[in-house]
Amino acid sequence: MQEHADTVSDTQSFSIKDCALIAISTGRRAYNLRDLSEHLRSVAVDSIYYHFWGGLIQARFDEREYNNDFASWVRHALHDAPLAERLAVLDPTDFDELEALRRELMELMDQRLDESESLHWVQATHPFEFIRSQIVIFDTRHRIHSPEELAEALPGLSIGSIFYHFIDARRRVPDHVDDFRQWLATFGERYDRLRERIAEVEAYFSSVSEIRERLAHAVHIGVEEAAS
Amino acid sequence: MSTALEAYAAVAGQDVIDQLGQLASRYRGMKVVHVNSTRVGGGVAEILHKLVPLSRQLGVDAHWEVITGEPTFFQCTKAIHNALQGNPVMLPSQWLEAYEENNRRNAERLRPLLEEADLVFIHDPQPAPLLGLCPNRRGKWVWRCHIDASHPYRPVWHYLRRHVSGYDASVFSLASFAQALPHPEYLIPPSIDPLSEKNIDLPADEVDAVRQRFDLDSDRPLVTQVSRFDRFKDPVGVINAYRLAKRFVPGLQLVLAGSGADDDPEGEAVLAEVQAAAGDDEDIHVLLLPPDAHRVINAIQRASDLVIQKSTREGFGLTVTEAMWKGRPVIGGDTGGIRLQVIDFHTGFLVSTPEGAALRMRYLLNQPRLIHDMGAKARTFVLENFLLTRQLREYLTLGLGVLTGMGERIELG
Repeated sequence: MQEHADTVSDTQSFSIKDCALIAISTGRRAYNLRDLSEHLRSVAVDSIYYHFWGGLIQARFDEREYNNDFASWVRHALHDAPLAERLAVLDPTDFDELEALRRELMELMDQRLDESESLHWVQATHPFEFIRSQIVIFDTRHRIHSPEELAEALPGLSIGSIFYHFIDARRRVPDHVDDFRQWLATFGERYDRLRERIAEVEAYFSSVSEIRERLAHAVHIGVEEAAS
Repeated sequence: MSTALEAYAAVAGQDVIDQLGQLASRYRGMKVVHVNSTRVGGGVAEILHKLVPLSRQLGVDAHWEVITGEPTFFQCTKAIHNALQGNPVMLPSQWLEAYEENNRRNAERLRPLLEEADLVFIHDPQPAPLLGLCPNRRGKWVWRCHIDASHPYRPVWHYLRRHVSGYDASVFSLASFAQALPHPEYLIPPSIDPLSEKNIDLPADEVDAVRQRFDLDSDRPLVTQVSRFDRFKDPVGVINAYRLAKRFVPGLQLVLAGSGADDDPEGEAVLAEVQAAAGDDEDIHVLLLPPDAHRVINAIQRASDLVIQKSTREGFGLTVTEAMWKGRPVIGGDTGGIRLQVIDFHTGFLVSTPEGAALRMRYLLNQPRLIHDMGAKARTFVLENFLLTRQLREYLTLGLGVLTGMGERIELG
């Protein structure tokens, strides 16, 4: 909440922030589904954050088949498609806090263990490595005062800025929206359609540079629509 | 902005350089020192040759120091390196004495700089004892392990752990390499420098000249492995794979190219084994190149249809990254950092045996279109994930994390 207050402070100016994420090993490894569920029970909550969002800003192969690492591992290391599909449906923004997301993940895994006798003893082809992250946030001193300025600035924003305002924001901002939509709401109904256009940009399956492109396009069109 | 920064911006994007500038500005008035054990040969020296000057261009007061040692010291550190990769090697007490004595001598020389530094990165086991030899240090110290230590020979790891436990943090290339230590263990894959002699674009006639120099036929397929002559790189396994594939691809040529490194005393013995395995096959080219033959290696990789890196243990495998940057699919050993880069059917193939490598050579050499498409994907993958600018960003982020606190979220004004 504090970060949000800083971002949209004083008379509708928007503070562009930047961030960099760094991965830290937790030392925890799961070799089967039971292990995964048990580690999930007690692993730091920022590890759950990392396995849903970290992949967007950390080095990895960019064709994301699933929206979180748990689903991907269940599919590719345990070869259990039903559970992978159920896990992939989870949208973290549906949960008020990551602890609730943790409980839902465990619930789905335990339910699958009840359904499938064999999953109790199936060993994964490679372990699930629980990773957590540290995020360093800094103020770029760049301020935006109008939606038109936002449209101009978006294509040149760093990947870190896009990640911070469009993805990380969902953990900070009430109703789990991004910083851009939250800020645009302060301008009243005039930019409602622009806010809808931003909401239509998918946050999971593209690289952040692609998200930036789509956001820039959406905001450009939305600003033109508002002006006409 | 300096010309060098402009050149990086042209490859990686201006936004990437701007972000580095923002991070670097937080280091005003601080001194950062990197220490390793060789200035030439091997991936660590190559990275530092670029990382340190780039840091300085961004305004960071960065330094690079190299420890020196006599042959017994390097025999010991090579054995430690092999043990961390899983070889059950014994360390004679006189080797350990040489290891510690050598670090004491280097500490005498480096202590003033290291003790006043704000952030010190110690690379690999060779200089690890320096921490304990700088009791008045005022900064934070980070041990950077570039080695695949996922299954270390435990007695040697227990010995080394005494030297590295006291660090404020450590860095491993992959989560699976991390060993239990009483401090945060960061994960940072290494990177390549797109502007280095080894990776810049080359004119076609320069590639042709290198083909002619080594008697390589441009009309026949060429597979290349570039690496030190080290048993963990399995060069003999590559020759076996080549022989299996050549039965189906008779024109196949193989290059095994490598150079020695100052801190690797086993290279000559392995080279002799490779030459013996190659025998009198004129299509196998075993090339021992000087450590600074970067442009030649660049040309050989570009002259190749496929690149192979059939390691059985690998820290990260920068030769894989280099080949992918040149748009070549890679057939890589299913180990270490190669797994992070080689994605089956996308950027190459992971293999476990010479038979597997031979199968994938045949598969790809029979489908030139696939080689082209996978190569293009491989280059994009490196552009987005494994360039020097990304690694520097993570080092700068890690430094800020270590210097300002270990919370999950660090807000800088």
